[in-house]
Amino acid sequence: MSRSKELISKIGLRLDGRRANELRRIRCKLGVFTEPDGSAYLEQGLTKVLAAVYGPHQVRNRSKAQHDTAIVNCQFSMAVFSTNERKRRPRGDRKSTELSMHLQQALLAVIKTELYPWSQIDVYVEVLHADGGIYPACVNAATLALIDAGIPIKEYVCACTASLANNDIPMLDISHQEEVMGGPTLTVAALPISGKIVLMEMSQRFHLDHLQKVLEKALQGCRDIKQILDEAVRLHVRDVGCSTGWANTS
Amino acid sequence: MSLCEAEKTFVLHGVEENFRVDGREREDYRPMELETDIVSHAFGSARLRLANTDVLVAVKIEVDAPFPERPYEGKLDFFVDCSANATPDFEGRGGEELAVQISNALSSAYRSPNVFDLRKLCILKGKKCWKLYVDILLLECGGNLFDAVSLAVKAALWNTQVPLVKQVDIDGNNINLDVSDSLSDCQRMDVEKAPIMVTVCKIGERCVVDPNAAEEKCSVGSVVVAVAGRKISTVLQTGTGSLHPVTLLECLTLGVKIAQRLDTALWDTLRQIKPNQDVGFLK
Repeated sequence: MSRSKELISKIGLRLDGRRANELRRIRCKLGVFTEPDGSAYLEQGLTKVLAAVYGPHQVRNRSKAQHDTAIVNCQFSMAVFSTNERKRRPRGDRKSTELSMHLQQALLAVIKTELYPWSQIDVYVEVLHADGGIYPACVNAATLALIDAGIPIKEYVCACTASLANNDIPMLDISHQEEVMGGPTLTVAALPISGKIVLMEMSQRFHLDHLQKVLEKALQGCRDIKQILDEAVRLHVRDVGCSTGWANTS
Repeated sequence: MSLCEAEKTFVLHGVEENFRVDGREREDYRPMELETDIVSHAFGSARLRLANTDVLVAVKIEVDAPFPERPYEGKLDFFVDCSANATPDFEGRGGEELAVQISNALSSAYRSPNVFDLRKLCILKGKKCWKLYVDILLLECGGNLFDAVSLAVKAALWNTQVPLVKQVDIDGNNINLDVSDSLSDCQRMDVEKAPIMVTVCKIGERCVVDPNAAEEKCSVGSVVVAVAGRKISTVLQTGTGSLHPVTLLECLTLGVKIAQRLDTALWDTLRQIKPNQDVGFLK
């Protein structure tokens, strides 16, 4: 394990100068585009993601329509220039298909689909810069876009990655550099208010004894992200409200 | 977007009166916003927002071997990606047709050596050259894609910094390139004559430029003119419908006039861009 030792230095700093329990800087904006019903832009460190939501609208493929719920359609795509090495195709490869499915799984858990029978909700995410933790950034951006579109959701769904450094220190929000250096990565999508886990995925291996503390760290990350997103939503609503004049009443 | 008969008539009458739906005259453009250096890990990039149309262009550079028939030239490759963010119709492979149309128009507009000099991208005759990948991402479609894309591409190429090769070592068949690490050693490209495309749209009896999505629906046919300097480098007729040769000629003259105006405006904007300006979607 000589390689993973370098992940955290003796004084407790990581490669990019963060501490083990610190997230990368998250900056986000709701309503970046006018054409979609809801859109959001989210930056997590250098990872940059755009999300757009269309719907609820009539189901495009009639045979897929459900009489009791709405169908949620997700498409994940990465700009060809998003990675250091230029990609050949923006979507359609296995990794994108897998991420689309995982995204759909996370969003289905929170959207109140039963309110929209015979309809469809489209969620499209586009990665502009991939620098580790693509899936969490996509989930967080999609949540914001859903809120911007005004689609009822049960609560925020947030995702975060965590890893284990030096074989005993759990650390939060893994960057691309740290992913490449090795060490296991645990990705968790959770509902931070009720504390439920929607999706958990792990790559590589670590001992079962460590799982509890890494998972706890990831959930803590989800709660922190929820705080940041919530603040952004409140600011956005206030801004929109100001322009319509109802901010004066308070 | 679908329009009913009455809406179409309204647009048509507006064009006839030289007072369009959004208050513009026939030869006016909608407001544009241009930002460069927006993709930090690309060699050059630009984002252009023309009212509702949003285009992001990034340039990546790789080392490649030149074509055997053109040993002195580098390569230039255009790739258009229609993101589903723009419209749900682009989901899956839905945007491919439009993407191919735009990228083909761009490559034919840039083909002439008088327009864009590929010889500057040659490193070693017949063996090594730079290949420029110009990747265009359509983020939102509000009409007039060709014009927006060509302006964004020109700005991105202007912004592109080609690494400087300090030394080339040839050892048998192995060629080692010694590329300068310093950022200040990069060279800019000459895009003075890079083409600008103007879509001239015929609505009723009149020609308009910069049609929005509703006006595009009403047009009987449109001509895309790529203008480099004072000359036309490509003409492309899009949409259904046919044009009379006289009308076509009028369209071309109008296109050249507008393109020169656009070019001046673009250079003015590019000159005003300062390094380390605040750019991005968060603004």
